Amino acid sequence: MTTTHSPTTGVASAGASIFADALDAQAVPVTRVDWRPPMEGTESDLATVATDPLRQEANQRALEAVLAVQAMVVDVAPAHEVLGLERGQFLHAGPPLAWENASGPMRGALMGAAALEGLVDDPEDAATLFAAGDQVSMEPCHHRQAVGPMAGVISASMWMWVLEDPVDGRRTYCSLNEGLGKVLRYGAYSPEVLTRLRWMSETLGPLLAEAVRATGPIDATAILGQMLQMGDEAHNRNRAGTLMLLRDIAPALARSSADPADVAEAFAFMGGNDHFFLNVAMPACKLQMDAARGIEGSTMVVAMARNGTEFGIQVAGTDNEWFTGPAQVADGLFLGDFGPEDANPDIGDSAITETAGIGGFSMATAPAIVRFVGGSVPDALATTRRMGEITLGENSRWAIPVLDFLGAPTGIDVSKVCRTGILPQINTGMAGRLAGVGQVGAGLVTPPGEIFPSALAALAARTRARAAS
Amino acid sequence: MTRSTADTDFDHVECRPGAYADSVALLQVSKDVAAVDGVRAAQVAMATPLNLDVIASMGFDLPETSPNDMVVALRLESESHLDSALAAVDAALVAVTRRTESAGSVEEPPRTIASAIKRSEAAMGLVSVPGANAVVEAMDALDAGHDVMVFSDNVPVAQEIALKQVAAERDLLVMGPDCGTAMVDGVGLGFANTVQPGPVGLVAASGTGCQQLMCLLDHAGVGMTAALGVGGRDLSVDVGAMATRQAMRRLDADPATELIVVVSKPPAAQVASELRDFAKTLGTPVHFALLGAGQPDLTASAEEILQTLGRPVPQWPTWGASAATVSPGRLRGLFAGGTLCDEAMIMATDQLGPVHSNIPLDPQYALDSTLTADGTVMIDFGDDTMTAGRPHPMIDPTIRLEYLARTAADPATSAVLMDVVLGHGADADPAATTAPAIRAAIAAARDDGRELAVLVACVGTASDPQVLDDQAAALADAGAEVFLSNARAAGRAISLIGATA
Repeated sequence: MTTTHSPTTGVASAGASIFADALDAQAVPVTRVDWRPPMEGTESDLATVATDPLRQEANQRALEAVLAVQAMVVDVAPAHEVLGLERGQFLHAGPPLAWENASGPMRGALMGAAALEGLVDDPEDAATLFAAGDQVSMEPCHHRQAVGPMAGVISASMWMWVLEDPVDGRRTYCSLNEGLGKVLRYGAYSPEVLTRLRWMSETLGPLLAEAVRATGPIDATAILGQMLQMGDEAHNRNRAGTLMLLRDIAPALARSSADPADVAEAFAFMGGNDHFFLNVAMPACKLQMDAARGIEGSTMVVAMARNGTEFGIQVAGTDNEWFTGPAQVADGLFLGDFGPEDANPDIGDSAITETAGIGGFSMATAPAIVRFVGGSVPDALATTRRMGEITLGENSRWAIPVLDFLGAPTGIDVSKVCRTGILPQINTGMAGRLAGVGQVGAGLVTPPGEIFPSALAALAARTRARAAS
Repeated sequence: MTRSTADTDFDHVECRPGAYADSVALLQVSKDVAAVDGVRAAQVAMATPLNLDVIASMGFDLPETSPNDMVVALRLESESHLDSALAAVDAALVAVTRRTESAGSVEEPPRTIASAIKRSEAAMGLVSVPGANAVVEAMDALDAGHDVMVFSDNVPVAQEIALKQVAAERDLLVMGPDCGTAMVDGVGLGFANTVQPGPVGLVAASGTGCQQLMCLLDHAGVGMTAALGVGGRDLSVDVGAMATRQAMRRLDADPATELIVVVSKPPAAQVASELRDFAKTLGTPVHFALLGAGQPDLTASAEEILQTLGRPVPQWPTWGASAATVSPGRLRGLFAGGTLCDEAMIMATDQLGPVHSNIPLDPQYALDSTLTADGTVMIDFGDDTMTAGRPHPMIDPTIRLEYLARTAADPATSAVLMDVVLGHGADADPAATTAPAIRAAIAAARDDGRELAVLVACVGTASDPQVLDDQAAALADAGAEVFLSNARAAGRAISLIGATA
């Protein structure tokens, strides 16, 4: 309790500047809020959620749960084993999607995966298979505790990183990163793509499995912390993380029973692919964010994901409901002759990194990539600060040196997004609009603004229902 | 602002979607732009219904807008002044909004009270955003474990109750909504007079009532430990004095507070009676200054408080003298302070009969939107309905002074009663606009062969930034009779009207 006589340490003032001026005149420290009206139509829902008796504690609990997770890499194994995925069952990035609404890169990736599974000989033949839908099924990765970058297509024979929370045993999964250029996740399905995927399933996966099992659980959360100190934001830049992972498993790889030529090829593949660690960062982030799922009253976003057509979010206090809107086209730089007209709308589960506070949220720590994603260093610093306006806390284990070791801004608060109109900043790659093209660029993107008011409305409806019962 | 429109005038009206500045800042922008060469009139305002009315009444054609849009309405001597006028609008907006552009800057200002508290040592929140948005900002302060003052009016009562319930659970204090005045730790918040420290702790469900008591007691040499505002609805049945109890507990726990004074507009009888019982559970004596029919006015309450403290009651000061005899007619009260309006209405009803008002004591005497009636009329220009999207009349005198000119021209008006409230947050020099308006009103009546009396309650202290004596002298010089006591001013007005009957 403040007394009526304790020395005044200052006042935070939102609204008429004249009252802040009056405090200045009295030599009282005053912090002025740059207040602006909230997103249209959200006033009443904001008030309902703000006065929800559950909210504050629920958000505190959600934040603590997220920050407490130590994500350990415990295994590498085929999807049919760890996800129970059968031939003909496909997982994809983003919120639920029907084939007829799927974008070019999503279709391309599904067609390539169908060929990989031997359902068709030529990927081109797979389109009719998916259109018919009786022999194949599609489901979001998130519904099976998995995450997939870009198209995020996972099929039964692909090998998965397996991450585990040692406290409660929860697990999350992600496929192995294929590298850049013509790759399945960007919707390419040419023979070289399928050849590489087969090598990954036959050689790389088993090798990694042996190495990880021999090395023991690898602390992905700690590697992420070191990456942020080394100039990776762990979404569009994973160079330090990839090397640290290699360093950890190198002894076991060298000692493995495999043919030394295969081991050398695996080293070359991983070392030549700066994004290799992204597929570990993503499930590590999902493991964290899933810890907050289902906390009634919490306004924290636990997933942001895109399927190339729609952008969807899930919120801790609204169970597994998706709030979706049309995915945007990223603003950024293009490879070669590609231009904005070649780019597909935003795609991939990789925004789970931003959901957890890295990627675009920790842009300040990755000056080496700010130009690549269309920004300047001061922009990057300002972006991380700005994300602090819409998040519930900071992750002190993920400290950003250039901001005086400020923790990564963590736990997007739906109500703060609606109040400030500040949208989460996402670093992203851009897939070609047409199936089979692959990557065309990289840049910055935000979710469609309207999904936050819809999520807020659902939170407010639950609050009112609780108050009425 | 001018209403005259010459044939050569060029009107420019534009809507700026998504732009925002607070109403006080926009008042300053409008003033700055109106002073630019070639600009006859300028109104830059958020597109609230009230502001749109004002802009329409100036003769502008209104564009399609939503309330989140900013409207820029300019009347120019000719189209050739448009570029310089728009440049002046932009420059003035930059000057008042103090926004940092994101490019090149690492630090952007906080966007919520939560962020402001996190970034600073702030131990209290002060919220004066539009009423529909206030509860969210106020909750930020409570979530951070701090008290909050909510100046905003037009906050739904259910939200007020929700806020105060949370505060009660966490032993925190919500001052407001619609709390105009507070003094905490010697710091004035909102509209606050500068008073000396002393033994009285005020709990106020009335901003101007609080200011009147503070200024009278200060004049009598008695200071305050604190003035904790609770908002005008706290003593209603719905809110049930939640904040009043919390504030009384605070003051009771404070050894420097020798006497707790609770001041309020007419409260709900049941709540007042429960509060009197609650007061008996406290260790510190409590004096109730609750306005109502048959209850002491605020000046009488101040005198009782002085007697309780064993202090002498001084002569309450006056400045100037108005016409000793006035023409027969009606009394018109033009108030910025709701409680001062209430006090005058209670006194006038007693002696002149029912008073028509926008905040009537009896609902059957409610004024319509013309704000005129045959009979005694008293208007609270600081009422919620008059301030939606506009600055309070203590900051922006426009509407009140327009009404003064209008009512002075009406032969039915023989006496005008006004308040001029000083202190931090209020107009830096209210006499600068009010005194000429009073002088003009008296002269206009005189030209019409009538004597108009203007009585002013000037609520302030010698230490206020505007300096009580200077303001009162300027108003008196314009022909008004000025009182520190609103009750004395009202009493004088009533006796003048009574003498003409």
